[in-house]
Amino acid sequence: MELFYFYLAGTVAILATAMVITRLNAVHALLYLIVSLLAVACLFFQLGAPFAAALEVIVYAGAIMVLMVFVIMMLNQGDAAVQQESAWLNPKLWAGPGILCGILLLQLALVVLLGGGGSSEGFAPKAVPTKEVGIALFGPYLIAVELASMVLLAGLVGAFHLARPATRKHTDSATGKERNNG
Amino acid sequence: MEAVTEPSVLATLLNIGGILLAAVIFAALLTWGERRLLGFWQDRPGPNRVGPFGLLQVVADMIKLFFKEDFVPKFADIPVFILAPTIVMIAMLMGFAVLPIAPGIGVIDLNIGLLFFLAMSSMAVYSVILGGYASNNKYALLGGLRAAAQTVSYEVFMGISLMGVVMMAGTFNLREIVLAQEGGWYIVPQFFGFLVFLVAGIAESHRLPFDLPEAEHELTAGFHTEYSGMKFGMFFVGEYLSVILISGLITTLFLGGWLGPWLPPLAWFLIKTFVLVVFFVLLRAAIPRPRYDQLMDFGWKVMLPVSLINLLATAAILIS
Repeated sequence: MELFYFYLAGTVAILATAMVITRLNAVHALLYLIVSLLAVACLFFQLGAPFAAALEVIVYAGAIMVLMVFVIMMLNQGDAAVQQESAWLNPKLWAGPGILCGILLLQLALVVLLGGGGSSEGFAPKAVPTKEVGIALFGPYLIAVELASMVLLAGLVGAFHLARPATRKHTDSATGKERNNG
Repeated sequence: MEAVTEPSVLATLLNIGGILLAAVIFAALLTWGERRLLGFWQDRPGPNRVGPFGLLQVVADMIKLFFKEDFVPKFADIPVFILAPTIVMIAMLMGFAVLPIAPGIGVIDLNIGLLFFLAMSSMAVYSVILGGYASNNKYALLGGLRAAAQTVSYEVFMGISLMGVVMMAGTFNLREIVLAQEGGWYIVPQFFGFLVFLVAGIAESHRLPFDLPEAEHELTAGFHTEYSGMKFGMFFVGEYLSVILISGLITTLFLGGWLGPWLPPLAWFLIKTFVLVVFFVLLRAAIPRPRYDQLMDFGWKVMLPVSLINLLATAAILIS
């Protein structure tokens, strides 16, 4: 029964992702992407990683995708964008990369099926509670966490630099505009 | 519904059905209760004609909503337009699943209960954004944009303000958080966390005074300008559901949940939640709506530092 739910969520994830690629309307594609992320969260949950599942929903589906929808809403794409997109979905353009990716997928499937790469059982042997994630992050992976926070800090400083209200010194040299209220 | 300690199938179904039904009924009654309370505070009767105390006003409104023309504009993105109002209802009702109402009453005892609530509340945002986008209307779009920015910002402080409670209780499990408060409610040591969560909760459910996404004096009705009939009703009930859910969650996290002397646990939970819901309504009656940039400024320049300092101080005290 567990296996059934696992494959159900997996199928939903794959179908939703296929729909993401083939939708012509950007917002519809994003909605399918959200469904796909939710399905992946279900998979995480079933594999015994509830913390990863919750973060998948909160961070990816709940925050990043909201911002993507936000931006696409502001672009206000009409029928023109849909037509452009449909021109891009010409088989001539995607057949080559598609075949190459297919070969890689086949290889991966063979490796998994023939048990070439380590453990091939689908389910994790034990559940990973939140506390263990925290202990792992602040134990052996402490340096990785610190590095990630450095990268984020750099991003934050960069965003602040780009969005800061222009001071007089900057307006003279660069744009000549008055204050733009950040 | 008392004493459902061993989870049999029937008890579980009763639990789920009872909680869902109670949540929706309370949300519907709140449409009447809110207007009566507002009337009381503003020195006017409010809806008092239909039935005893005007209670049947709810039924009258419901009938009206069901029989109104359910209009879908031709220029709308129709599938998304229809999908949008359902999301808030579903997400909010899912949120009720992790709420520990009393010992034995509550749908699921999830060990990431608090994160599940945060996930559901971040899903509910889509309702407003997609409603605004799909309406294909200037006012709706502006409302949707505001809602997106507002909820994404306030979600940050909401999450951070809860971490103090999580650190003190040492768990994300809402039931265990309640049990951890037997020695004293978390509203005392986590007072700033409580304040930030309360304000963020109002912003998340975009209630007055933070209802900028639908501010009628500037955006007609914001994201639900094009909605009518029961589709509008779902946005409306979803908003009241989120008020009840946030109140229930504040009760659980800061006011000791079902804990309390003399009365049965269920009564304590309902009393505390009811008081908070009334407080939400009082805020609507008492505080004027800020400007949109003031709202965002307040969030990032006041709420974020307060919640971060609260987090740091809690951690420092716990470690020392």
